Amino acid sequence: MKTIKLGLVTLIAAIGLISCSSDGDDTPKNEVDPLAEFNLVTNIEANGHSLELYSEGKTGFTTGYNELFVRIKNNADDTYYANPEITWMPVMHMMSMNHSCPTSELSITDDYDTVAKGYIVFQMPGNADEFWDITFTYEVEGQEFSVTETVDVTAPSDGKQKVSVFMGSDDVRYVLAMVEPTDPEVAINDIQAMLFKMESMMSFPIVENYSVTLDPRMPSMGNHSSPNNEDLTYDAATKSYNGKLSLTMTGYWKLNLKLLNSTGDVLKGEDITDENEASSLYFELEF
Amino acid sequence: MNIFKCVHKVCTILMETSRPIYIWVLLLGIFIFPINIGAQELVLPKDSIITINLDEVILISARKTLDYHRQPKPLSTLDEYLESSKKVDMVKRGAYAWEPTLNNMFSERLSVTIDGMRIFGACTDKMDPVTSYVDVSNLSQAHIASGQQGTEHGNTIGGAINLELDRGNFKETGLYGGVETGFESNNQMSVVGAELNYSNSNFYLDTDIIYRKAENYFAGGDEEVEFSQFEKYNFSANGGYKIAEDQALTASLIYDEARDVGYPALTMDVSLARAIIASVGFEQDALWGSLSNWKSKLYFNKVTHVMDDTKRPDVPIHMDMPGWSDTYGFYSQAALQAKKHQFLFKVDGYYNKSLAEMTMYPNDPNELPMFMLTWPDVRTANGGVYAEDELDLNGSSLKIATRMTVQNQNVADEFGLNSLKIFYPEMEKSKTRFLKSISGQWHKMWMPWHINAGLSYGDRAPSVTEGYGFYLFNSFDNHDYIGDPGLANEKSMEANTKISWEKSKFKLSAEANFFHIKDYIIGEVDPSLSVMTIGAEGVKIYKNLEYANLFNTSLDMEYAILPELKWSGLISYHLGTDNNGGNIPFISPFSYRSGFQFDNRSFSAALRITGSGKQVNYNPAFGEDQTQAYTVFSLTFGKTFKFNNDSMYAKFGVENIFDENYSTYTDWKNIPRMGRNFFLTLSYSIN
Repeated sequence: MKTIKLGLVTLIAAIGLISCSSDGDDTPKNEVDPLAEFNLVTNIEANGHSLELYSEGKTGFTTGYNELFVRIKNNADDTYYANPEITWMPVMHMMSMNHSCPTSELSITDDYDTVAKGYIVFQMPGNADEFWDITFTYEVEGQEFSVTETVDVTAPSDGKQKVSVFMGSDDVRYVLAMVEPTDPEVAINDIQAMLFKMESMMSFPIVENYSVTLDPRMPSMGNHSSPNNEDLTYDAATKSYNGKLSLTMTGYWKLNLKLLNSTGDVLKGEDITDENEASSLYFELEF
Repeated sequence: MNIFKCVHKVCTILMETSRPIYIWVLLLGIFIFPINIGAQELVLPKDSIITINLDEVILISARKTLDYHRQPKPLSTLDEYLESSKKVDMVKRGAYAWEPTLNNMFSERLSVTIDGMRIFGACTDKMDPVTSYVDVSNLSQAHIASGQQGTEHGNTIGGAINLELDRGNFKETGLYGGVETGFESNNQMSVVGAELNYSNSNFYLDTDIIYRKAENYFAGGDEEVEFSQFEKYNFSANGGYKIAEDQALTASLIYDEARDVGYPALTMDVSLARAIIASVGFEQDALWGSLSNWKSKLYFNKVTHVMDDTKRPDVPIHMDMPGWSDTYGFYSQAALQAKKHQFLFKVDGYYNKSLAEMTMYPNDPNELPMFMLTWPDVRTANGGVYAEDELDLNGSSLKIATRMTVQNQNVADEFGLNSLKIFYPEMEKSKTRFLKSISGQWHKMWMPWHINAGLSYGDRAPSVTEGYGFYLFNSFDNHDYIGDPGLANEKSMEANTKISWEKSKFKLSAEANFFHIKDYIIGEVDPSLSVMTIGAEGVKIYKNLEYANLFNTSLDMEYAILPELKWSGLISYHLGTDNNGGNIPFISPFSYRSGFQFDNRSFSAALRITGSGKQVNYNPAFGEDQTQAYTVFSLTFGKTFKFNNDSMYAKFGVENIFDENYSTYTDWKNIPRMGRNFFLTLSYSIN
């Protein structure tokens, strides 16, 4: 978001500069690209349109939480449609069945009416026999279009677990994904996670008002832990679970978690003790 | 021998007494009592004013006086010289770089300076006390001042050690030099040194170089102490030039480097410990008419310290731990004589950067290294003024000294600041403290009695480790330590007294000091914290204790049996308790030393006995266990040979004659001290 705002400021400044400059300069006014600082993850060509998917930090789709920016270009005149209505549906085509994953709606960003933003939480990577595709349905100029594109979803480059799919003790299947920190530091970091319930193969609503306990450990350092962590609690505004994560040094950290429902029953995960070095519910970080 | 036996017996009795302090009080009482009835008042002779200070001076350089025969062991390490002090005990983590303690207080409570220059070790584990960056070849003497009498060069609680550089001082001595060599059998240490000096009334330049190399030493009973080797060399140059009859410029440079230093008591060794210590000075006889002896100095020093565990078998995790400490400073001082006053004024300041980091390499090579800043680039800016007055009070004298200092500490590294904020989310990047010291020392003489008494107050700021240390492992108590930037200053109220009795053949002095230290800084276990170091027992956070009390007392005797033969003896007792009556760690048990010295200028011989009783007051919570009693004997012979103008001095000796396997209360993790050791040193001086 900051980058976008910064981009807007730059845009305004640029417009200002241009309007002050000599008349001979006829550079188009929409030259400044609001997503210039982002990575183009994929570009889908269909119906005379280009659907461009951008990510802030990633260069591809990875398992876990993916924040994505989408815009639609009219290939005829190289302009982007304002306020496009877009919905998306990722589907995993497994050997035996198909299923979707948790997603948000795609909503137009505050700063640019050509850019829609949302997230997809892929629970698993694709492989030689199984793959993900995303079906986009969008309406531009009063007409509805649809396109389905196969995407390549891989495990994060460091191979660390950022999402966990598990059956709770209440016999409900959950998906817990880490949103932050994307850039961890030796400090007290904000940690953010999202929790979804697998209602059906295609429906993954957000679970509210549960809590997630946090116990970060360094297995290579005799399971060293850090002080002043805060368990993750539900924040209705962001629909996510937020807490504090202390990291006392760089390296590999295992964030041991426990999921508790709104009445405090443990649905998944165990306490860390001398006998039990890790919880079955965890995230991983390495930096 | 009778006297010796008698003293030994007294020692033994005292050792067996659970509360020897009462005997002490009794003894003191006996000594004090006769003053009131028998003492005659006497006006002090002018030159005896120095006795107002209870300072101790240890002569290191022999070259000016050619007093080699007075030195027990001419080429021994500086550490051994300091250990010969009556007040200093050395904490040993190996054969090299011992840490001096004064009044049972460690580095952070002391002011250790080199010619008044502040310098700070770069090792978070105290493997490089300041004294390890100079060698005996650089120094003329070590000046040891107890408690607040040592605040001339900086704030202190326990006292000060100032190492004075050896320099030519514009004497008409011309060109002269010397070579020295020494060998010790136990750790096969060889020492070679050389010096070349030139001095006339306008100019002097002194240079010296010394090299030491030692293998592992063997404790009593032929027990090899692994990883106790070391190698070091030291070079120094020191010059002065008179720009006018009453003005001189001086400069000094010391380069000291140790490599491959083993620390048997620790889990890591040192691959490099290096210091560059440099200064330029200006001296002028008078200033603004009434001030005299105006001396100013600008200095800097740069210390690099690299720990190394690659030679150790079975380390749970390999790590690199380099540290750097750079200090820039100045001082300027002048004296003022006015009737009954003798003033000294001094302004000084320094700026220190302390940075240390730790990188650990996981056993799984696919994992990224783990990195932390253990000293987060702490910048200490310190400025102070010091004033003292020695006041002649018709028959007694009084010395009043005061120091006012302002000190700011700033965490310059964001990474380090964020690390500490994990523990102290509200902490500020910068913190300023005001430090003060005031002391009064009174001396009166009724022949043959001398009485000294002093009262003082002083405080100190927490050290970098105490304030900002991040997971520093202390192998002594097997805990990780975390600093606390919000610690209060430690404040000391101190009282001391010394009574001595001097007749031509017999000298006797009894001395005691008492420190009541408010907000005593010490690590306390925080059970909620998780250890970082693999195998550590817990994590301690530096805290202010409500108070701690330290008591030190000693009885010193000297008797000249013949003009050439002297007997001396020293017994001391120490006690340190916290506000709950618990023992403070590293408090000496009852200890004693005694010896005979024979010296007829060309031949000298000495027999020395040192020992201590079983440690009664110790604290297992600080990793201490009971240290057993020990007694060790040593014997030395020295002889001077003359060749025309030149002279050669040879000294031969054997230390720990009976090869006792022992360790003292200051030996880190009870590593045993050196067993029987023969040494030979040869000094040849060319005039």
